[in-house]
Amino acid sequence: MAPVLFFVLAATCVGSVLGMILSRDRTHGALFLVLAFAALGGIFGLLDAPFVAAVQVLVYAGAIMVLFLFVIMTIDPVEGRRPERMRGLGVPAILLSVVLLGEILLALGGIAVAVVVVPGFDGTTATAGLGTLLLGEYLYAFELASILIVAALTGAVALAGRKDGR
Amino acid sequence: MIPASWFLILAALLFAMGVAGFSLKRDLVSMVLAVEVMLNAASLAFLTFARSAGSLDGQVVVLFIVTIAAAEAAAGSAIVILFFRTKRSVRRDAADIMKG
Repeated sequence: MAPVLFFVLAATCVGSVLGMILSRDRTHGALFLVLAFAALGGIFGLLDAPFVAAVQVLVYAGAIMVLFLFVIMTIDPVEGRRPERMRGLGVPAILLSVVLLGEILLALGGIAVAVVVVPGFDGTTATAGLGTLLLGEYLYAFELASILIVAALTGAVALAGRKDGR
Repeated sequence: MIPASWFLILAALLFAMGVAGFSLKRDLVSMVLAVEVMLNAASLAFLTFARSAGSLDGQVVVLFIVTIAAAEAAAGSAIVILFFRTKRSVRRDAADIMKG
C-alpha cells in the first residue's frame, strides 16, 4: 500500500513541477505548484512527520502560494499574457540541471545503501516531541525566526507599500 | 517499507527540476517559484534523513525552512512588485541595468 501511495504522490509532484516549467501562463504555473506541494505534503506524511505534512499543506500550498497568486494577479492584467519563449538559454539550462542531478545521485550512491527507513515511531508522541524540541532546545532559533518574519514583512511593506510609484 | 533512497532520488529530481526551471523561465515570478521547488526538495531530504536516523531534529529544520520560505516569499513579492512598477514588466530581460 505505502509504495503505491509513494509512487502516485511522487508522480503527481514531479508531473506538476514539469507542468510548471513547461506552462506558458504564470497563473497555471503557480496552480501547478500548489498541487505539487500538496502532494509533497502527502510524501512527508509517509515519512512519519504528520505535523510537518500539515504545515506543508496549510502554510506552503495554502498561504505562500496564494501570496504568489496575488502577486501574479496584480501584475497580469497590466502586462497581459505574452507567450514566453525559451530560446537561447534552453540547452545549457537543461544540460546544467542534468549534470547536477547526476552529481547529486552520484553523491547519494555512497550513502543511500546504508540509509534504510526503519519501521515507525508513533506519530502522536513524535508531534509532542517536536513541540518540546522547538520550544526547548531550538528556542533561540525559534525566536530569531519570529524576528526574521517581522523584519521581512516590515521590509515588504516598506518596499512595495509606497504610493508614489517609485 | 519504502527504502529511503527512493525519497532521496525524488528530492534530487525535484532539486534538479528547480534548477532547470530557474534558468528556463523568463519572468521573475516563475523564477522565484522555481526557488521554492528547490527549498522543498531540501525539506524532503532533511525529513528523509531525520526519519532514517530516528531523530526529530530534521523535522524542526523543515519547520524553519517553511518559516524562511514565508519570509522570502513576502520580501520576494515586494521586490517583484517594485520591479514591475519601475519597468512595467517582470521579464528577466528587463533587468539589464544595475541602476533602476
